Amino acid sequence: MLLLGPINLINDLLLKFFSADTVNYVLWPLIQIGIVVTLVALWVAYATYLERKISAFMQARLGPMRVGPWGLLQPIADGIKLLVKEDFIPDKADRWIFFFAPYIAVASAFIVFSVVPFGPDWAVIADVNIGLLLVLAVSSVGVLALILAGWSSNSKYALLGGLRSSAQMVSYEVAMGLSLIGALMFARTLSLSGIVAAQGADSIWYIVYQPVGFLLFLISGIAENNRAPFDLPEAESELVAGFHTEYSGMRWSLFFMAEYAAMVVVSAVGATVYLGGWYFPFVYRLETAGHHNLYVIVSLLVFLIKASIILYIYFWLRWTLPRFRYDQLMDVGWKWLIPSALINITLSAFSIFIVQALDGWKSIHTIERLDNGLNLTASGKGIMIVSGLIGLILTGLLLSRINWRSRDFNLRTQRRNIRLVNLPKGKPAVPAPSSGG
Amino acid sequence: MHQVEIATTQETLLDSPEMVLNMGPQHPSTHGVLRVILKLDGETVIDLDCDIGYLHRGMEKIAENRMYTMIAPYWDRLDYIAAVSNGLVWVETVEQMMRLEVPPRAHYLRTILTELNRIASHLLWLATHALDIGAVTVLLWALREREEILKIFERQFGARLTCHAWRVGGLPNDAYEDFNKDVRQFVSNFPKRLDEYETVLSENRIWLSRTVGIGVISAADAVAIGLSGPALRGSGVAWDIRKARPYAAYADIDFDVPLGENGDTYDRYLVRLEEMRQSRRIIDQALDKLPDGPVVAKLPKIVKTPAGDYYHSIEGPKGEIGCYLVSDGSAQPYRVRVRPPSFVNLQALKQMCVGHLVADVVAIIGTLDIVLGEIDR
Repeated sequence: MLLLGPINLINDLLLKFFSADTVNYVLWPLIQIGIVVTLVALWVAYATYLERKISAFMQARLGPMRVGPWGLLQPIADGIKLLVKEDFIPDKADRWIFFFAPYIAVASAFIVFSVVPFGPDWAVIADVNIGLLLVLAVSSVGVLALILAGWSSNSKYALLGGLRSSAQMVSYEVAMGLSLIGALMFARTLSLSGIVAAQGADSIWYIVYQPVGFLLFLISGIAENNRAPFDLPEAESELVAGFHTEYSGMRWSLFFMAEYAAMVVVSAVGATVYLGGWYFPFVYRLETAGHHNLYVIVSLLVFLIKASIILYIYFWLRWTLPRFRYDQLMDVGWKWLIPSALINITLSAFSIFIVQALDGWKSIHTIERLDNGLNLTASGKGIMIVSGLIGLILTGLLLSRINWRSRDFNLRTQRRNIRLVNLPKGKPAVPAPSSGG
Repeated sequence: MHQVEIATTQETLLDSPEMVLNMGPQHPSTHGVLRVILKLDGETVIDLDCDIGYLHRGMEKIAENRMYTMIAPYWDRLDYIAAVSNGLVWVETVEQMMRLEVPPRAHYLRTILTELNRIASHLLWLATHALDIGAVTVLLWALREREEILKIFERQFGARLTCHAWRVGGLPNDAYEDFNKDVRQFVSNFPKRLDEYETVLSENRIWLSRTVGIGVISAADAVAIGLSGPALRGSGVAWDIRKARPYAAYADIDFDVPLGENGDTYDRYLVRLEEMRQSRRIIDQALDKLPDGPVVAKLPKIVKTPAGDYYHSIEGPKGEIGCYLVSDGSAQPYRVRVRPPSFVNLQALKQMCVGHLVADVVAIIGTLDIVLGEIDR
């Protein structure tokens, strides 16, 4: 109730100057967008701080410690530093494309947040009924920015980076889209809020039904965001900095922000689709007790924590694994991820079919409701969980059979092929003869 | 050296069938100021050429105008990662030319300290090699261990990296008070840390697919090019100067030489890791046997070598580092020639890289473990 006070005051104030329609459909959404953009920008900034801290702990050092307590103001200091740096455009660059590419990258990453449900009620800007499709479509526009940046820089390293990123993002987009289909069959909707509601109504998270789907989504999400171990487009040891080699100052940091924002997007979508979004057991009791705004805020925090867990996996992998090579990356995409995504879709469809067929047969009751996603009874859930695990095993077996003969699959047998020899000792080094010549 | 032929009529980058890419001299992973000119078809390397000399300081020429004792610090700057090993070649060459009897304690201390330096050099190799392939965390882990060695060096020699370790005839001063304790402590902690690196890399599927079968060089080719050190032993050639022509105290010490089979990047990685373990064994034994006594021989006021020429080499961390010394009997050498391991090993780069991708070039430069200070001299 406390929170509603100022909101009502602002509402009254706005109504004095504008018509009710303008306030409801133009001004409030604008305010909402402003809040979300600010929050997301902060989140992105502090994701860099978290990454630096987490990597520091993994590497037995402290990370940023100087600016503010525990270096908490470091992201802000970095932002200011980058803002005042020279915005340098190379002489031979294609000026306009070079100029606009970073904006495309940032815009495509930030637009996605318009459909992400941060919480129930007012914590979502737009609940579009094709939300998930919009996420995939908009985030794939980001590829364009990288290609344009790589091309317009007129630098060979940037060009190679741009080419790599386009091939990579296109092929992983397919795997990412396919990996989500399994979860959609359970939710029976493309609206992100609808997916959360379906998981809430079924009181189960889709990671349980769809372990394969979740893993595939995570891997292809990392690859799509060009993060280690798939960070080939900007592989600093090969291509210096890849597509943003020639960028500096704020324009460079826009690319950086776009990368982190895209990571946050994938974490948010992953949390929404597979970890139940803002839904958490017992939080709903706040609503029934009448604390509506508190309920929304707690749900929002739950969502942020879930997304941060996925974000943490990103950091964890980046600082642990070596980088793939370009051809190996394509191998992983086309020979492993896409086939397993297809297998996953088939198996999920099959298990849903079985559950539906069993319903009503010899007094077995598997389906509770169908109006809000696929809501199963306890026995239905059991069948689904078991079939999910079987799917995990089956996918692994099938894929290893497919890739049995590939070189990379059998590398483990080649290890430990050094031998120790105790060589015979030769004559020691002798002093020179006294009279040389 | 041959020249890479650059495709002419390059209207734009994409019009030409091949692309020439300049890697270096300012590039994050050419290990200094090496410039590699790559001719690429897509991302496949079809030809390459190395351009060296950006760090040429004329060391060999300078040596002609210095007294024998004054030349030693220049040698520390050849391979700055392994200053202690380099310094040893020079002083041993002079000592053997003078037929100088070095006290046994000096020999043992030299063995311990050069082996510590070998570990430090290999750790830096591991750090940068892993960084090149993308495993960033290993870099900081390896540098943490190297720090321990550098601390010992700082207390012993007064410097961490560019330590001037030796004098003609022995050491400038005896081991410091806690030397035994510090080295023992390092030696007892080290194997655990090595295992830690192995858990991150050795069985990692990505690491395997990035290193197995990359940069293969056969034993015959390795010998023909003149590779030495781990690059040679990775191909399975049993050659180690510490065994073949023992210097310092190596004749009294028992250790094994690791040999690879396939001569690829992964074998060289395993060989170097195992060499670190063997170095640890050598240090352990040398500490046990460390005799008492003086650490420096009695020297004449002005060090002069008899007229003649002499070649002496030791097994440095990167391979055979040798010194060919021609003397006219005066207090200054007539001519000095360095046999740098990195320079010779670099010659294998083209043979190893052609047919691989750009990403592999970086891995192969890393596995050769080159230092430009030594290549350019």
